[in-house]
Amino acid sequence: MDALLQFLFSGLTVGAVYALVALGFTIIYNASDVVNFAQGEFVMLGGMITVFTFEAGLPLPLAALVAILVTSAIGVALNKLAIEPARGAPVVSLIIITIGASIVIRGATQLIFDKQLHRFPSFSGDDPIHVLGATILPQSLWVIGGALAVFVGLWIFFTRTLTGKAVLATANNRVAAQLVGINTGWVMTLSFGLSAAIGAFAGVLVTPITLVGYDVGVALALKGFAAAMLGGMGNPKGALVGGLLLGCFEALTAGYLSSQYKEAVAFIVILAVLFVMPQGLFGRKSTERV
Amino acid sequence: MSLLDVQGLGISFGGLKAVNDVSFKVSPGEIVSVIGPNGAGKTTLFNMISGVYQPGRGSVSLNGTEVTGIAPNRLAEMGLSRTFQNLQIFQELTVLDNVLAGYHLSERGSVWADLLSLPGMRRRAAEARQGARKLLERVRLDKAAEQVAGNLSYGALKRLEIARALALNPKILLLDEPAAGCNAVETEEIDHLIAELAASGIAILLVEHDMKLVMRISNHIVVLDHGEKIAEGDPATVSRDPAVIAAYLGTEEEEPAHADG
Amino acid sequence: MTGRNKWISLGVLALLIALLPLFFPSGYYYRVGALIFVNALSVVGLVILIGYAGQISLGHAGFAGIGAYACALAPEHLGLHPALAVVLGAVVSGVMAALIGKPILRLKGYYLGVATLGFGILVSMVLTNERALTGGPDGMNVADLGLRDVLRDMGWKLSGGEFWYMLCGVVLLVGAWLALNLFDSPSGRAMRALHGSEVAAATVGVDVPRQKLRAFVISAVYASVAGSLLALQNGFITPDVAGFMHSVEMVTMAVLGGVGSVLGATFGAAILTLLPQVLTVFAEYEQLVLGLVMVLVMIFLPQGLLPSIARRLKGRDE
Repeated sequence: MDALLQFLFSGLTVGAVYALVALGFTIIYNASDVVNFAQGEFVMLGGMITVFTFEAGLPLPLAALVAILVTSAIGVALNKLAIEPARGAPVVSLIIITIGASIVIRGATQLIFDKQLHRFPSFSGDDPIHVLGATILPQSLWVIGGALAVFVGLWIFFTRTLTGKAVLATANNRVAAQLVGINTGWVMTLSFGLSAAIGAFAGVLVTPITLVGYDVGVALALKGFAAAMLGGMGNPKGALVGGLLLGCFEALTAGYLSSQYKEAVAFIVILAVLFVMPQGLFGRKSTERV
Repeated sequence: MSLLDVQGLGISFGGLKAVNDVSFKVSPGEIVSVIGPNGAGKTTLFNMISGVYQPGRGSVSLNGTEVTGIAPNRLAEMGLSRTFQNLQIFQELTVLDNVLAGYHLSERGSVWADLLSLPGMRRRAAEARQGARKLLERVRLDKAAEQVAGNLSYGALKRLEIARALALNPKILLLDEPAAGCNAVETEEIDHLIAELAASGIAILLVEHDMKLVMRISNHIVVLDHGEKIAEGDPATVSRDPAVIAAYLGTEEEEPAHADG
Repeated sequence: MTGRNKWISLGVLALLIALLPLFFPSGYYYRVGALIFVNALSVVGLVILIGYAGQISLGHAGFAGIGAYACALAPEHLGLHPALAVVLGAVVSGVMAALIGKPILRLKGYYLGVATLGFGILVSMVLTNERALTGGPDGMNVADLGLRDVLRDMGWKLSGGEFWYMLCGVVLLVGAWLALNLFDSPSGRAMRALHGSEVAAATVGVDVPRQKLRAFVISAVYASVAGSLLALQNGFITPDVAGFMHSVEMVTMAVLGGVGSVLGATFGAAILTLLPQVLTVFAEYEQLVLGLVMVLVMIFLPQGLLPSIARRLKGRDE
């Protein structure tokens, strides 16, 4: 029982990061029908930029803020330079573009910074908190709390603000949104900026636990992608549930079966879900019109 | 015996009965038309008969065999062929290849024969090519044979779909608005083509908005409104039917029971 | 594509393979050439899957991994001749593709992408984790094919580079011939038809799931044979051959060249294989440049290099 709780704690921590990456996928996918494989790089950038600005002498909160803003700007640039010019391209091309962009970001990071693993101090120390016989790091609480805060914030943004509603309208029907006067180009810019900022925020939260290096983004992108699929592409609630579930599956597998194959099981679960319900847990079912 | 026998066919989308309890029969050489206002469920009916949608209720029989809900490719093997209201052309293929695709059932063989380009495959493909060229002549597209299909005009694509459907050498042909978007001359050509096909013994099931065309060539007409069959009979009977006139002109039906609906 | 075009494509490819060595300044280039041909072979397989049948795979490196490790493992553990190990790998890949393809190929677009990606990652994970068998991330040695010795005994002395250049060139030609045959065959037409409209393909009698599966299995066998050749010519193999990045490279090569065309596939393979060779001087910038090439080509030459160039040359008649 204690062990189970312990595994769930670590599962929820990692899962919260997957959920944030999946949420980033979701926002961009809704605005543009693009699955952005560079999403994991945003997390990496968040961690790396914080590390180097912090080491350069900035206080940690300010360093984190700089990292999030810079990453957000990179997200906007990605949209302007690579996605918008390729509007209407087939899915394969878009996959290659965003994977290409992720390679560019990795290559540039490795040039500008280095190839080492880094971390910065946890926000509230490293003394584990004891809960019902299991322990949890204070930083894990930061990660889980941070993820929940992002979800609540976004929920308010999408349901209570005009801008948020414009984004939702665009996701629903781009042409109709344009007809009622929504600037869909701006909505896309906003989506990329927002999703990059969320990724960077996840990177800031998780770096004290998992460390950060120029190449951590690929695995995160794949997991986040998988989580988004598990939850149902394009559904924010699905991103949250999919991410947390995936994290827990991984942690339980690592704990009870094999730590080597924990990622394998994650993909097996996803394959199984896709076979049984190809739309994911919360995805919309669509009938093809002929 | 009738070639196509539709009994009590129905389907619902999210609780809405798109088609409900529709029955009719089509015999070889007969032209049966399904008419009705927009949204009456004509195309949905076609999609159920041709296996694209799974019917919720009722049955479809082909030549005495029940075929309800089986896959479109199996129905094609049994001699059912169709065209689409919203064109389903293989845009990237040449016009000739589009029709050749219609010969799939007669030219297909083992995948080894295809990979190794064995003589048997080449012979079957050559025969198909000959047949395809003839069909293209018949719909006056022979000059465009090597063009990429996506570049053709709407009317030409409509004819291309008919040619492709004929390539299957069908026993029954479902035509979904073959004359939509065609000018008067083209409509008349299609009119002649359909009559010719029926004369050669093919059963024709037709959805069409051009009432003049329908009234001229149909042996039998089935009228749908809101997914239900409201009338059927020969053209003269149907055109006089008050329920049909009401459905088309949008007047209130004289049925108190439905007054609230 | 008519029959004549098929022979033109094959002729151009054969001429390139035969004549390129005249311009090689050193023996090293034979090795690069052989590598290009191996990559082109797996990309021709993807042309069948992506270009003909319109299905995506982000996991084909998994099949390359199966082919490669079949050549590494079968001679050692089953006592098979390496040449038979290539066949064994191809059979295993084909069967595997048939088994997973059946459920996976119902999915579309990004969903199919993630499912194939999952398969590829599973293969690379097994290869990385089963250290006792595969040597883990450090990789393992691969037995010699032995064919070069046979040729030497027959009096035909070839350097390692020359031998692999010729062998891979010939295998590529055979692969290209098969793919071009398929293009203008009933199966190929059915694949291209369902690429355009699955519903219409089904209504003309095409068994859509079966044709998709055919394309998937055939392309898996191509990748497997390519993986085998790679392992045999290097004499050494690591799990990277099955990695996600290798899958991405394969798809990029296919799309780079123009995904419908076999010649384009070779062209795309050549560019992406040569790029790192050219960039070894600037090793630091390799990733950066590779990524930029991927992005820029997709944006500015969306049809792929070869078709876009051909269109430019033809002028603006469209």
